[in-house]
Amino acid sequence: MTLSPAEIDALLLSLKIAAVAVAGALPFAIACASLLTFGRFPGRFLIDAIVHLPLILPPVVMGYLLLISFGTRAPIGAWLLHSFDIRLVFSWTGAALASAIVSFPFQVRAIRIALENIDPGLHQAAETLGAGPIDRFINLTLPLALPGIIAGAITAFSASLGEFGAIITFVSNIPGQTRTLPLAIYTAIQTPGGELAAARLAMLSIGLALCGLIISEMMMRGIRRKLTGQVRP
Amino acid sequence: MNLEIDIRHQAGMLALDACFTIERPGITALFGPSGSGKTTLINAIAGLIRPDDGTITINGTAVFDRKNSIHLPPRQRRVGYVFQDARLFPHLTVRKNLYFAHRRSPNPLPNGEIDAIIAMLGIGGLLSRRPIKLSGGEKQRVSLGRALLGKPDILLLDEPLSALDQARKDEILPYLEALRDQRRLPILYVSHAIDEVARLADNMVVMENGTVRASGSVFDILARTDLAPLTGQFDTGAVIPATVTGHDTAGGITFLDCAGHQLIVPLLGPATPIAPAPATATRLRQTRLHIRARDVMIATTIPDGISANNIVPVTIRNLQPLDHAGMDVALHLGHLATDTANTQKHAPVIHARITGYSASRLNLQPGQQVYAVIKSVTVDGKLRDTDA
Repeated sequence: MTLSPAEIDALLLSLKIAAVAVAGALPFAIACASLLTFGRFPGRFLIDAIVHLPLILPPVVMGYLLLISFGTRAPIGAWLLHSFDIRLVFSWTGAALASAIVSFPFQVRAIRIALENIDPGLHQAAETLGAGPIDRFINLTLPLALPGIIAGAITAFSASLGEFGAIITFVSNIPGQTRTLPLAIYTAIQTPGGELAAARLAMLSIGLALCGLIISEMMMRGIRRKLTGQVRP
Repeated sequence: MNLEIDIRHQAGMLALDACFTIERPGITALFGPSGSGKTTLINAIAGLIRPDDGTITINGTAVFDRKNSIHLPPRQRRVGYVFQDARLFPHLTVRKNLYFAHRRSPNPLPNGEIDAIIAMLGIGGLLSRRPIKLSGGEKQRVSLGRALLGKPDILLLDEPLSALDQARKDEILPYLEALRDQRRLPILYVSHAIDEVARLADNMVVMENGTVRASGSVFDILARTDLAPLTGQFDTGAVIPATVTGHDTAGGITFLDCAGHQLIVPLLGPATPIAPAPATATRLRQTRLHIRARDVMIATTIPDGISANNIVPVTIRNLQPLDHAGMDVALHLGHLATDTANTQKHAPVIHARITGYSASRLNLQPGQQVYAVIKSVTVDGKLRDTDA
């Protein structure tokens, strides 16, 4: 099956938005997970709740909240537009922001579980061997949490590919700009005689998901073999 | 080289109150039952916990002093720590684990020294493996090497053998002996196994319920009957110093001198399988004997026609009843006059475990001059027993 230019547009746009969303959110997710795992401070519970908010809120509500804060007349949106000439509404960067926020909890949760599973005894050993806090974070914490970081990134990437509500509410449905695969499927279904187009796009989505699954499984196996010498956990 | 400890710390139910000094290189055993505060104490020395009060000084540097608000982080203490569970970094190869501290050291060990340590520990063939592919004994040897490559001023070993089975213990012990003999490094060795302590340690600190019950040379501590319930001395018997006086290679025996009494043991080889040859002779000249109480019999006259090679005149110091109708008899080597307390103080003590029935049948009394028939002697280094 050959893809039409519009289909290729939707596919590439989806991949671009998901990749930028995951990569952009990753450092914040690592910082946030570390803070929640190792930090002992009042208000930790509040940060935990805010991070998980996108999981429990309807995506449309997330899109609405983004619109009223990042719209061109909203406080943050206006400031970004006037100071940096950045306009998020109706652009793919806005879609990436929406995807990043909606998939953020997936990343944080996976990284946090990985961090909690690191034996604190290894940190003590590294301390006695001369490693300071930053050294330990880079050379011990991050490599040991790598399986969790990758798992989180893959889950977040999949969630980003499938995001619909927040994107359509915040940045609308503009071909070549914000029309990702789910939005293209939705548009095809809404169009009379678009059933075939919808089916082709749906097939594309399923194929993409399967590819993602296989790649992630291969990566996880490779890392696990390195760390534990076993193929299965 | 010295370590001065004077700390108090409350950790849960344990009230640690420890004060002692180690002035010489060699192995000092930190001995005591589980929960007596041994690990808490070395964690405080390493800087992994902050004591409530007191001071810790390593080589004249105060690493902890509450009054002056000094609490150096572990990485500034020049302490090598070998944990009970090895704690190798699973994502790094053996080589990278070994070099972890070395690469971070402001004053790194020269390459020749590193090669010597790797050779001493016999881990040269493991360098490209990952920790998951190592046996328990190999892990502990790598862990030991990793600590040594950091060029520590003092080495802390927290029950490095307790997670291993007997075969693995026997695999590691010679390396620890080589470490003790080849590197001039004070070692604090946490253990609750008296046989390890008797074999390895030069000095020992006995801990009970967070406090130091006694400290001193292993010979002195193990000779003290008041500490026997703690040291398990009745099972262990005695550890006494001895000198190698000669060998009869053809006859396959070695002659030892112990406070003027000759003892015969099977021919002694090198002290440890990896010790360099030239050091062997001098090293073996001074050794220590481990005589288990259950291997010593008492005779009122010199027995005739007996296969045991070692029959030593002894004087009964005291008799102490044990459970199960057993009796521990403490014996001074040599026939001593009862009133010469001073002579007695310096005569080595061995122990015999006999039945209460034997004691009453032979009518054994303190001060009585009898003979000890020693069935088996363990000599430091390679474990060698004389046959009956």
